[in-house]
Amino acid sequence: MQAPAHLSIYDAADSNRRRTILLVAIFIVFIAVLGYALGDLWSGNTTGGLVVLPFAFGVSAVSALASYYAGDKVVLAVSHARPVTEKEEPVLHNVAEALAIGDGLPKPALYLIEDTAPNAFATGRDPQHASIVVTRGLLQKMDRTELEGVLAHEMSHVKNLDTRLMLEVAVLLGMVALLADWILRTMWWGGGRRDRRDRGGAGGILIIIGLVLAILAPIIAQLMQLAVSRQREYLADASGALLTRYPAGLANALRKIAADPEPLEVANKATAPLYIANPLHDAPRAFDNLFNTHPPIEERIRRLEAMG
Amino acid sequence: MELIVGIVIVVLLAVVIIGAYNRLVTLRQRVSEAYSDIDVQLKRRHDLIPNLVETVKGYAAHERGVFDEVTQARANAIAAGSAAPAQRAQAENMLTGALRSLFAVAEAYPQLQAVQEFKDLSENLTATEDKIAFARRFYNGSVRDYNTALQTFPTVVFGSMFGFKPSEYFEVTETAEREVPQVKFT
Repeated sequence: MQAPAHLSIYDAADSNRRRTILLVAIFIVFIAVLGYALGDLWSGNTTGGLVVLPFAFGVSAVSALASYYAGDKVVLAVSHARPVTEKEEPVLHNVAEALAIGDGLPKPALYLIEDTAPNAFATGRDPQHASIVVTRGLLQKMDRTELEGVLAHEMSHVKNLDTRLMLEVAVLLGMVALLADWILRTMWWGGGRRDRRDRGGAGGILIIIGLVLAILAPIIAQLMQLAVSRQREYLADASGALLTRYPAGLANALRKIAADPEPLEVANKATAPLYIANPLHDAPRAFDNLFNTHPPIEERIRRLEAMG
Repeated sequence: MELIVGIVIVVLLAVVIIGAYNRLVTLRQRVSEAYSDIDVQLKRRHDLIPNLVETVKGYAAHERGVFDEVTQARANAIAAGSAAPAQRAQAENMLTGALRSLFAVAEAYPQLQAVQEFKDLSENLTATEDKIAFARRFYNGSVRDYNTALQTFPTVVFGSMFGFKPSEYFEVTETAEREVPQVKFT
C-alpha cells in the first residue's frame, strides 16, 4: 500500500513542476497579446502594438518571477497571517515538526490568522521555503489528532509541490480573474448609467478590455479549476492520512470544518483554492460555480473513512 | 568502426555503473540522516525523563517501583545507544512501556495534573514520542528503499562489489518482543 502512494506523490511533484511552467508560459503569452492589442487600439496602428509588446513581456515575466519568489509573502500578507512562535503555540509547533520529520522535510514556518473560522493552508515555492497557516479557530476547535490530520494534509501539498503551482495560480490567474470581476462589475453597475460620450476613448478601451476579459474570465476560471483539480485534494488527503496512519483524524477535522457556518473574512477568490476547505460561505454569485475548486467535503470524508 | 562501438559500450557501462553507485550512496545517506533524526529525538526523551521523575516524585513519593523501573529502563536505553538499531529499538520500547506506567500512576494524583511544570513536561514528552514515531517511520521507509535497491537490478550487481551492506530496521522483531516480559523490574 505504501509504495504506490509514494510513487504517486513523486509523480504529482513532477506534474506540478510541468504545470507551473505551462501556466507561467500561458500567462506571459496572454499578457503579451493583451498588451499588443491595447497598444494597437491606442495608437491605431500595429507599430503601437509592437512598442507595447516588450513592456507587456517584461511586466508579465517580472510578475511571474515575483510570484515565484515572493508570492508566498503576498499571500501571507493579504491573509493577515502573522508568524507564531513555539512559546505561543507549542502543540502546533510540535505536531508540525513531528510531521516534517515523518516526511523527511524541513519544518515549515508556521503562521496564524486571528479568525475563529477553522481553516488552514500551505504556501511556498518548495519544501525549503514552505509556510503553513492555521486560523485561531482551527487551534481552538481541533484536538491533537485532528490538528495532525489537517497539518499532514498541508504537508502533502508542500511535499508534492502543489504549493508552488497554487502560488502561481493564486497570484497570476487570481490577478486576472479579480481584474475581470472588477471591470465587469464596474461596467455593469457604473458604466451603464454614465454618459459615455463624456468619457471619450478611455471609456471605449475600458469597455473593450472588459469585453475581452468577460470572454476570457470563464476560460481562466476553467484553467484555474484544471490546475487545482479536485484529484489534488483527494491525493493530499490520502497521503496525509498515510503519513499519520490515522485517516479518522483528518475526517473528523473536515467534519468540524464543514459544520462551522462562519466564513473566513480574510479569504478571497484568489486565495480560496489554497485552503483545506472552501473558506467562502457567501451567497452564490455569477461565476461562483466556476471557481468551485474544492471537492465536496462529504465525499472526502467518505474516502478517508474507507481507508481506515 | 569497431573502436567506436567499443568506446560507446565502455561509456554506456560507465554511465550505468556511476548511476547505480550514486543512487546507492544517496539512499544510504538518507538512511543515516534518518537514523540521526531518531537519535536526536531519543536523546531528547532521555533528557526529559529525570525532570519528569522528580516532578512526579514530589506528589507521589511512595510509588517507588515505577520510578525505579523508569530510571532503569532509561539507563538501559542510553547504554544501548551505540547498539544495532533492532537492539536499540527494543531498549527504547521498554522505556516507552515504563513511561506509560509512570503516566498511569500520575493520573491518580489530581494535584499533580494541575501543576504547570508537569503539564509542560507531559506535552514535551508526548511531542517527543510523536517525533520518535515519525522519525522511526521515515527511517524504516528509507531502509526499505535502500534495501530494495540492493536487491534489484541494476544496483544489485554493484552493491556487493562496492561493499554496500543492507541496513537494519528500527523496530522490535518478534523474538525481541517475546523477550520483553523476562526483563521486568518489580
